[in-house]
Amino acid sequence: MFRIDFNKLRFLVCDDNPHMRRILRTLLHSFGAREVYESEDGATALEMYSHYVPDIVITDWSMPIFDGLELAQMIRQPESKGNPYAPIIMLTGHSEKRRVTVARDAGVTEFLAKPISAKGLYQRILNVVANPRPFIKTKTYFGPDRRRNTGTTYIGPERRVGGEMEVMQQPSLLDKARATI
Amino acid sequence: MAKDKTLQVTAFADHHVITQPNPLRKVLRRVTEKDLDDPVGRAEKALAGLSGEFRNWMETEADRLSAAHAAILKDGFSDATRQELFRAAHDIKGDAATFGFPSAGAAAESLCRIIEHAPDLDQVPSDLITHHINAIQAIVRERTKLDTASVASALSRKLRGVADEYLAHANRDRPEHLEAILAPSIAPGD
Repeated sequence: MFRIDFNKLRFLVCDDNPHMRRILRTLLHSFGAREVYESEDGATALEMYSHYVPDIVITDWSMPIFDGLELAQMIRQPESKGNPYAPIIMLTGHSEKRRVTVARDAGVTEFLAKPISAKGLYQRILNVVANPRPFIKTKTYFGPDRRRNTGTTYIGPERRVGGEMEVMQQPSLLDKARATI
Repeated sequence: MAKDKTLQVTAFADHHVITQPNPLRKVLRRVTEKDLDDPVGRAEKALAGLSGEFRNWMETEADRLSAAHAAILKDGFSDATRQELFRAAHDIKGDAATFGFPSAGAAAESLCRIIEHAPDLDQVPSDLITHHINAIQAIVRERTKLDTASVASALSRKLRGVADEYLAHANRDRPEHLEAILAPSIAPGD
């Protein structure tokens, strides 16, 4: 059995809603985290990301000016001087299937649909800590492996060219989002 | 790509697979069962400790929504007023259940769908939006009455039904929106 030493983790929380930031801060501190940095917009979050080098980013989607999706895309720049590999947990009221897909394609690691729960947040953090996924770089994508199907018979247009070693069993973001409600 | 000696990059015809030793492995500690604590239980207790503030927070959110609606009644729909109304409704959709007002969240979700999928917000019957705002305010302000939970739930369901009917009709020639409207939501119901 494993436990997470939260006091060794550094979090960056980005949400424009002060109530949600307070809830997230309360949950993370209760888990044992000491370093929780907060931002109310994506632009500030990006600056803080470079400055504090957090281990895990938790971001809302809808925010003024520079939203959580853009934040994820800015972090997932393979040529950037910063760390493009940090786990990003998107915590959002958007929970439609197409939104989950868009978030996945922006390089989001985990998706957590609001309303938030302590269990849901803990499970996402445990997953990114204990089960990191390999990263994939293509012409149009850089981020955690999005492949969820283990079937090798798929021959559609988005099939990557490569061997079976790439096929990895992972629960889908959508299933995880469903599991919290 | 950033040079990192710990990265292992495997090249394929049209992509690279990049692996690295788990950078967060240092925070994982193997423990026996008796040494397992209960971080989720601890967090739930802490959240319960905040609950005394939830009603005030919910009222603040509802007032923000009403203010955004008032701005639209005064100045009409613009990018700025539309976005503020959407963000206020969207925040309630996400927060309300946590604050103990799930029906307000359901009504706010219905309002978000109208804002997101109506082909022309100026053509949306103003009563449809106003009823959503008023319902959310009523659910938040009248919560202490004994019989309000079932009424609030019925009210939000009715609003959603009317909104969906309107959206399905208004988008009958826009299949991509129709698909999104009719797709089963994974958002929590009431």
